[in-house]
Parts: sequence; structure tokens; C-alpha cells
Amino acid sequence: MTRNAREVDVLIVGGGPAGLAAGAELAAARAGRVEILEREREAGGIPRHCHHGGFGGRLDRSAYAWASAAGSAYARKGTSGPVYARRSVAAALDAGAALRTGVTVTGWAGPRTVETSGPAGLERITARAVVLATGARERPRSARLIPGTRPPGVYTTGELQQAVHLYGQRIGTRAVVVGDEPVGHAAAATLRAAGVEIVAMVTGRPSPPFRLRSPRTPLLTGATVTGLTGRTRLSGVELRHDDGRATTLRCDTVVLTGDFVPDHELARRGGLVLDPGTRGPAYDAAYRTSRPGVFAAGNLLHAVERAGFAAGEGRAVAVPVLHRLAGTDHPAGGGRPLVVDAPLRWIAPNMTGPDGERPHGGRFVLCTAWRLPRPLLLVSQDGRELHRERQLLTAGPGRPLTLGADWVDRVDPDGAAVRITVL
Amino acid sequence: MTVTLTTSGPLPPEKGAEHTYDVTVIGAGVVGAAIARELSRYQLRTALIDAADDIGNGTSKANTAILHTGFDAVPGSLEARLVREGRDLLADYAADTGIPVERVGALLVAWDEDQLAALPLLRDKAVRNGYHASRIIDADELRAREPHLGPGALGALDVPDESIICPWTTPLAFATQAVRAGVHLHLNCRLRDVRSDAGGHTLTTSRGPLRTRYLVNAAGLYADEIDRLLGHDVFTVTPRRGQLIVFDKLARDLVGHILLPVPGPAGKGVLIAPTVFGNVLLGPTAEELDDKTATGSTAEGLHLLREKGRRIVPGLLDEEVTAVYAGLRAATGQEDYRIQEYPALRYVAVGGIRSTGLTASMAIGRHVMELLAATGLDHGEPHPLPPLTMPGLGDASPRPYLSARLIAGDPAYGTLVCHCEQVTLGEIRDALASTIPPNSLDGLRRRTRARGGRCQGFYCGAAVRALFEEARP
Repeated sequence: MTRNAREVDVLIVGGGPAGLAAGAELAAARAGRVEILEREREAGGIPRHCHHGGFGGRLDRSAYAWASAAGSAYARKGTSGPVYARRSVAAALDAGAALRTGVTVTGWAGPRTVETSGPAGLERITARAVVLATGARERPRSARLIPGTRPPGVYTTGELQQAVHLYGQRIGTRAVVVGDEPVGHAAAATLRAAGVEIVAMVTGRPSPPFRLRSPRTPLLTGATVTGLTGRTRLSGVELRHDDGRATTLRCDTVVLTGDFVPDHELARRGGLVLDPGTRGPAYDAAYRTSRPGVFAAGNLLHAVERAGFAAGEGRAVAVPVLHRLAGTDHPAGGGRPLVVDAPLRWIAPNMTGPDGERPHGGRFVLCTAWRLPRPLLLVSQDGRELHRERQLLTAGPGRPLTLGADWVDRVDPDGAAVRITVL
Repeated sequence: MTVTLTTSGPLPPEKGAEHTYDVTVIGAGVVGAAIARELSRYQLRTALIDAADDIGNGTSKANTAILHTGFDAVPGSLEARLVREGRDLLADYAADTGIPVERVGALLVAWDEDQLAALPLLRDKAVRNGYHASRIIDADELRAREPHLGPGALGALDVPDESIICPWTTPLAFATQAVRAGVHLHLNCRLRDVRSDAGGHTLTTSRGPLRTRYLVNAAGLYADEIDRLLGHDVFTVTPRRGQLIVFDKLARDLVGHILLPVPGPAGKGVLIAPTVFGNVLLGPTAEELDDKTATGSTAEGLHLLREKGRRIVPGLLDEEVTAVYAGLRAATGQEDYRIQEYPALRYVAVGGIRSTGLTASMAIGRHVMELLAATGLDHGEPHPLPPLTMPGLGDASPRPYLSARLIAGDPAYGTLVCHCEQVTLGEIRDALASTIPPNSLDGLRRRTRARGGRCQGFYCGAAVRALFEEARP
């Protein structure tokens, strides 16, 4: 047999904020052999290459995702991404978790058994509980179906940040940033750090959702990217404006920001039920997926929330995992699915638990397809109103909204799916 | 083994017999590379030149990657014969060298009564092309074999030997073998003019003059222009653009076969096919253009493909798109290849090699060799080429990251760099040190799959670029 078979108590797939926090919490709780697998050479996840501030402060406004730009109001609290990543790794190791980097889970060999590949060879690891924390990525140009030629010079924020901060690579001279969510501003900050002039930040929104922090970045609103030009190098970004005009911005670099999708391949390959909205595993407030003993945490569940939120979920998943190990967990099933109506895109968690748990922080997270000023949300089941709640802030595609959870006690466990609607 | 591969600087000096090539092949696409490989079996001084910085960088890199049976060719045509012969040659060659091939079979799906009525005619045509294994299946069998097909399919013609193949490894294998056997490969070498005389040809290229006794024009989209430089005006290449969408590997279970449209008055339609990498391909469009460089995709083209794809396999549209590309096929307004020898000129034109060129490539190579001999090339006896093993990039290939033996021998084969495509440091290092190394990140992708997966470099792009730049002088 060329594959080394081992057993652990808890196997955590993914060494980003959620996975590391889960590992630290579970190891501290003496959960037995707690092993974190990270496929990159260094653990820490996305914060490794976010050189802006805002991570892990009291406000933890690493700001909706791994986002806010250097010099912003958010950045005064907390620390930089790389420091945050190193601290997260140290916390997991100090607590006694085993962290194995450069090891990739390549597939499943049983309900809680995975196969791995790494420089030390192939393994088959069976765990009493598995926590999936594989995170999220930005959709690249192809997945966004942006037409045109395929020249070099097209980046996502993730690739850009690694190129600049981890490898010191040359980027270009003139860049367009697509997307004006916080992650777009983070991309702009990285470009400036690399000495790249920013031609414009482009967004389809009619007006900026918040006041421009940096007058150095011209913001083009109401504009959609319709194509890329250039052969040996990007030469321009074609735009269509809301008023019908078509223009081309001359540039040699474009960064496509935001538009996160969960990295759900392992969950799907394992046959876990996915939520049609988030496209991550369907889960309840105790982070249980459709497979007993397989849990999930972090941005795999909702692409995307800030690093501190993911880490909070990592700590929170420890409780149901410990119940699982102790045999004191609730039997699976019995939860009702939560479904949303447009323009809402998804809600997380998206199942009610059998035991009335509240989600992390006591509130559900929702995502909307378009901007909603102070929306009124209605929660109902079989036409029966369970709850209604007015949001105090404006929500938008990159600005999730949250919903109180006390109504879960009123859900009929034998009723239909619970529906969340914008009135 | 002395390898002569140049990418810049002047070509070997023209003076003196030892600096005159016996044969020069213009165009290092799959056809030119196959011809060069065939020539390399003989004691000839052969050059293979291309304007691009890599082999297979034109039409060869952007096609539907199908190894055809030739069941639907025009019976009696040169294309029909070369596809039939080429298919067997390439299938055997792929098995020998490790080029990824999967015999998934094709189904020509009939969506209306007219198309259903056309199936027996297509089956008869297949028989006239020497292909006897196709048969018509009814809607129930079709549904059972392709459960994710959209509603309304009435039946299909089953062509069990249609296969999928790696379109990048194939020309690379040909060129690698040719170069190892002594063929000189000159890249970034654009042909500007040809002056012919009694002794042969003097080519003016972007890298200086090149002298050759015999000339083979396998320049794909530019074959007509080069033919005119030699004084002919026989055909015109009209680029026919085909846009294609590649879906995520998670879509692979939706499609079992190559799902071909039934050709009809409304055109050839689009196909859905698995790829050897485990993705699913949707396309191509067929747009007649003037511009031979218009390899961009368009919003209209992508919209059209998605609308057609939605009908064939509705679930496909819910999957993430991994890549979008467009290729140009060399249409000449004739339903056949245009391969013509000119003995007085010591010249062979290989034009109008349409989408079947990948399948027919090795047979075209043999055919051109015969034509060169007929034009007076004294080539002597062939000698066998040393065996070649190409990296197994396919989903069904033995990939290094799953080989305990390889990893134990060299941990670099267990060091994954590109996670979406499971490409290891060892494979990237091998490609960068290979006989014909890549000159661009795209070239590296075609050799290894690195950064060719669903994240398109979000995770690995900077790391792969660092490895590439490290390896370049």
C-alpha cells in the first residue's frame, strides 16, 4: 500500500482565519489530535497578502472581507494582514493543534475520510469530525464572461496582492480597478504600493455607497466592462455607460475585484448538499452540513465576510464539534431550510437547527443582488409571519445585511421552508 | 542529441552548402510539426519556422480538441482519406507517447423531425467513408446514456469511436521528436518574402535570410499569402472564428459523450464535449471574418453559445466558467484540403486544413513526404525515431501528485503549486527544462495546465510567474 492511513480526532481542511481559530479552540479544549491541513506553503489564508490594516482589532473592521484600504478610517484599529496571519498560526500551534502546510486534500475515501498529497507522500486520514474551512476566491475574468482578447495584465485582487507583497513582481504602469467595494480599494492601495498609476475605479453602481476616501482614485459609476483589448499586453478596458455611451480606458493592467465564490469543490466532491444561494455547503447555526460529523466554517459558507468574522465562526464551530466527539450532539435532520426571495441572494446559515441554536453573533447574514436603502425584512413560514425587521443601514452587493434570530424558536419543525422577503 | 532551437538573433548564415536546408517547413502548428516530424525520419537538413514564440500558437491551440473518425467527411475527398488514416496513426501515436486521449464516443442529437430524418443519411455517409460502427439510437436509449440532456431530444446517431485529445500536447510531441532528431526550430521568425531560383528558395524573414532547397507551406491562416509570394493565386483563406466556453471540472458529470449537432440548413450548430482535462467545452461559433488576428471573444458570441448550450444540457449553465477563448479556422471556400505540389518550384502548399487538421496531421505529414519525393527530393531511407514520453496532463493520465513512487523519488512531485489543476513543482520545473521550453506563461500553461483552472491564477498566478521568471535567463 503506497498510501499511509492514519486517524485523528478532528481534521480541519484549510489554514485560514476560520480553520486556524477552530484548531486553536479545539486543541485548547483537549479535543485529542486536532490537525489542520493547509495546501499553501504558509498558513494564514488571505490575510497573508493583505498589507493593509484593520485585522483583529476591537472593531475588527478588516472590513467586509479582507478589504479596507491602507490609510482608511478602519485601518487605525487592529493590525496588518500578515501580522494577523502569523498570530493566528501561533495561536493554533500554542494551543497544541498540529498544522501541516503544503498538504492538499485531493478527495474523499469515506464519509469522514480524506486522501491527501504532499511532499512527504500520500495519506488517507480518517477523522471523528471534519471541519471544512476552504474559504472563497474572486471570480476571474473568464467566469465573469468579459469578452475580448486574452492578453497578460489581467488580475484578481488575490493574484495582484501576492504578486506585489509576496513576490515583488512588476505589475504595469496604468491600471483600471473594477469594483468599488472595500476589496477594490485594497487593490488600489496595492497598485499604488507597486508604483502603478490608477486610471479609474469602475463600478456599475449609480453612485458610491460611501464617500470616497481617496480623491486620488477617479470613480466611474454606472459603467459596465464590455471587453478587454490588446494582444501581447492589455491595451484597454472597454466600458458601456448607463447613458449608452461606449468608451475605452487606455491601460496595461486591470484588476477584477470582489465577486467572491466559495471554494466548494471538496464539499461538492464529497456529496454534501449545497445551498443554491451561497453555493457553499448548506448548514445550520451549529455549522452542521448535510453529512453527520462534517462541519464547515468561514467564507466557504458565505462569500465573503471579514477575517475576524470567519475566525469567530472557527471558534464557534468548536462547541458542536466537541459535542460530536462526546456523543452528546443532536441527531441530524429536523432543521428547516431558509430560502430568500429576490433581490436577496442568500442567507447564512441556511438551515434552522434541531435544537434552536442561534447563529454566530446572534444574527443571520444576508446578501442582496442590488442596493437596498434601509430595507424591511419579513420572515414567514407557510404564510405565517414569524418576524419583521427594519434595517438601519443601506445594504448592497458588497455590504451584507444581518437579521436577528429570536424567531427561530417560532419555526414549526414540521412546516415548510422558512422564507425571507424584502417588503 | 544536439538540439537547435532559436528564438532570437540572426538565422544560420546563408552562404555555403552546409548552411542550406534541404527542406524548410513554414508554420509550426500541428500540421507543420507533423510534417517536420515525418521529415526528421530521413537524413535531411530540415528547418521548421514560425512567426510566433511557440509551436501550435495559431489555429492549433484553440480548437474543439476532437480526434475524429471522419464519419461525416465528404466521401472521396482528400480530407476524408487523410482524416481516416490520420486518426489511426494519431491514436496509436498517442498511446505510445502518452498524449491524453479518451474514447468517449459521440452522439449526434436530433432535436426535430428533420434532424431525425437526417440521421440515416449521416449513417450511410459514414459507411461510404469506411466507418461502419455508427448506429441510430432512440430517445429512450439517448436519455439513458445522457440523463442531463435537455427536453425534446428525439434520437441520435451513435459514433462510438469519436474521441477527445489534448490539442497542445500533440503538436508539442511532434515538434519535440523532430527537434531531437535534428530538425532546426526557429521561432519568432516571420516570413516576409520568398525568392525562388533554380537551386531553391531564399526566404526573407524577420530574423534574416534563410536558404532552402525545398519549401513546404503549412502556414495555416497565412497559407494563401505565402502561396501568392510563390506566384500562385489559387485559394484565399477566410478566417472563420470559433468562440468556445470551457466549464468547470465540476460540470464533467453532466456530459458523457461528445454531443454533436446534426448539420442542417441552419449551419453546423454548436457541440458540447468533455475535454481530456475533465472540463466541458461548449462551442464553437462560426463567424466569417476578414481579420486574421481577431481571436477575441464577443458578447454576442458568448450569448449565442449560452443560449444553445442551455437547450442541449440545461444544467451546464449553472456551472462556473473556467475559460473563454476563440480560434480561427482556415476556411478556403472549398469542402476539402488544398494540398498541392509544384515540382518545378520544389514547393508544396498545404492549405485549407480545416478543423480536422489535428486528426489528420500525421497522415498529412506522410502525404506531404510523398509529394516532396514526387517533386524530386532525394530523401534516402527512413530511420526510426527514438521513443518519446509526454507529460500526462489528462484527467485519465497518471498524474504525479497521485504517485507515491514519484513523490518518494522527488518531493517536488508532491509539492502542488496550481491547486485547481493539481500541477506540481516537479512538472513545472520539467516543462521549463524541456526540449522545447515555453516562452510565455501561456506556453507554460499549455505544457502543464498551471494556472489553467477555475481560479485562473487567484491562488497560484504569482507563484507560477515567479517560477517561470526564475527559469528564464
